[in-house]
Amino acid sequence: MRYNNIAILALLTILPALTQAESPSGQALAFTCAGCHGTDGSSVGPSSPSIAGMDPDVFVDVMKGYRNDKRNSTIMNRIAKAYTDEQLKGMAWFFAKQKLQVSPQNHDPQLAVAGEKLHNKYCNKCHEKGGAAGDSGTLAGQWMPYLRYSMADYIDGRRPYPRKMKRKVDAVLEAEGTDAVPALIHYYGSQQ
Amino acid sequence: MSKFNRRDFIRWSAGMALASGSLSFPGLLLAATRKVVVVGGGVGGCTAAKYLRKLDPNIDVTLIETKKAYTSCFMSNEVLSGDRTIESITFDYEGLKRHGVRVVIDSVTAIDPVAKSVATESGDTFGYDACVVSPGVDFKWDAIEGYDEAVAEEIPHAWFAGPQTVTLKNQIRAMPEGGRVIIVAPPNPYKCPPGPYERAAQIAMYCKHHKPRAKIIILDPKDAFSKQGLFRQGWSKHYGFGTENSMIEWVGAASGGKVESIDPSTRTLEAEVEDFEADVINIIPPQKAGKVAYASDLVEGDWCPVDKLTFESTRHKNVYVLGDASSASKMPKSAYAANSQAKVAAAAIVAKFNDLHVGEPTFVNTCYSILSHDHGISVAAVYSLDRANNMINPIKGAGGLSPMDASDDQRKREVSYAHSWFKNVINDMME
Repeated sequence: MRYNNIAILALLTILPALTQAESPSGQALAFTCAGCHGTDGSSVGPSSPSIAGMDPDVFVDVMKGYRNDKRNSTIMNRIAKAYTDEQLKGMAWFFAKQKLQVSPQNHDPQLAVAGEKLHNKYCNKCHEKGGAAGDSGTLAGQWMPYLRYSMADYIDGRRPYPRKMKRKVDAVLEAEGTDAVPALIHYYGSQQ
Repeated sequence: MSKFNRRDFIRWSAGMALASGSLSFPGLLLAATRKVVVVGGGVGGCTAAKYLRKLDPNIDVTLIETKKAYTSCFMSNEVLSGDRTIESITFDYEGLKRHGVRVVIDSVTAIDPVAKSVATESGDTFGYDACVVSPGVDFKWDAIEGYDEAVAEEIPHAWFAGPQTVTLKNQIRAMPEGGRVIIVAPPNPYKCPPGPYERAAQIAMYCKHHKPRAKIIILDPKDAFSKQGLFRQGWSKHYGFGTENSMIEWVGAASGGKVESIDPSTRTLEAEVEDFEADVINIIPPQKAGKVAYASDLVEGDWCPVDKLTFESTRHKNVYVLGDASSASKMPKSAYAANSQAKVAAAAIVAKFNDLHVGEPTFVNTCYSILSHDHGISVAAVYSLDRANNMINPIKGAGGLSPMDASDDQRKREVSYAHSWFKNVINDMME
């Protein structure tokens, strides 16, 4: 009995100290992002991306990509280097739990219609529900300049493609020409 | 129980509550409503008010601010180039009211930390359990002979955005073709370290198209300044800096850049080595903590010392000083810093009211400067607290400046991220 009590006491003592050892909470870390990515990760634009509702694994992958200078960035590579893996996970879970608040954007409705068709044909397999916030990054309602930068970085080789994406992007460019990318972006930007 | 297990357990529980993203304390709802009075409706004050309500909706928050609307200093240099109107950087406090913050338009005369109350000019007093003070900076008016508040109406500082920003803009537009603008930069520390140098670029941006023979001279009491290499590079690229026909000229301390006096009637500045005449003069005076901080006995030297774990004043308990007025080294006096500090203070106050452990703080600063329509630069830092030395240190190996060799496309992206920074900071503090 006494032995058990000591064991429980030891667990209560050591476990929290280990899991929380002198690191800010995920929430505290995530709060510092709001000045660019909006309160709780819903950006009000015009170009810094919303990160609310992101899949936590994708969030961590993205941040590690910045941290290792594998992914083109202006400022995020400098910021990402400050965080440990555990801290990235803490932030990831905070943002995963936030509901994405989408703001309306100016878009060309005709291009958006064309983009929807392209999306369904080439992108929907990984970016489900029109690219809604979830397991493959947020496209639906994402800020259009950010989507433009991202696609330019993929196509120009400044950002590594995730598995299978290069084939799909090459295919859509080959079949539909250079208008394919703006059409897709206007489709994503059109979604509320 | 051992010395730290209960403490750590509470901390762990609080961590879990915090991690859930919706801090609420159902077991603690019976406690009396706690009152927080926030003095100052700038970035620090507004962010603290919003996040206190967000973290614990049971707290009664009153924000007291002199002006009916907030005009942001950040992006106010874009008013000088004509890219923005002053209206586009002016915001009301309705958003904060939607978060349940009571907004009172009045001037605070002083905080009484013993009686725990705040007195205003119209004779009201507001009792508090915690008081957040974010008064910003005030000027040392005696630093430049001949320059005072009355002269500043004609020779603007424009370092608080508002009517003086518009005065400065109009004076630049009214000056003769080939006119000369002088910006008198302040000594460290002051709010918005890159501001005077971005200002020179924004004025040059206007002049390049409308008064191409104009000159902008920065007289500086310093030998170095924020983002110096990036500014010189950008000025060179767009405004001929370093050539005989440069639109921008920088006179540092070593070249006699320190201004000692002004004769407003002839618009002549007496600097250490020579006198300078100009068509338009913009003097940004040396700075210290805002008036309320002095009236409330919160200042040591020029700024307000705080325990950087919570931002509670080390001079008076239950008073928290944020933003430009606080002594928060090594963070700069910037909007993003104030926004970041306000969240740390809000979480600390909420933890205190609910008998929870105060979590480890974390801070970020990001700051953009726009040199032309397609040329933005930035500096960023993530900070952690060194508790033993009460010092907020940038995390090594992270942060820093935009690279000197960034492509034109990257520089252009930074302009659009600067505008995103602006919109999201405003949104995060008051919407």
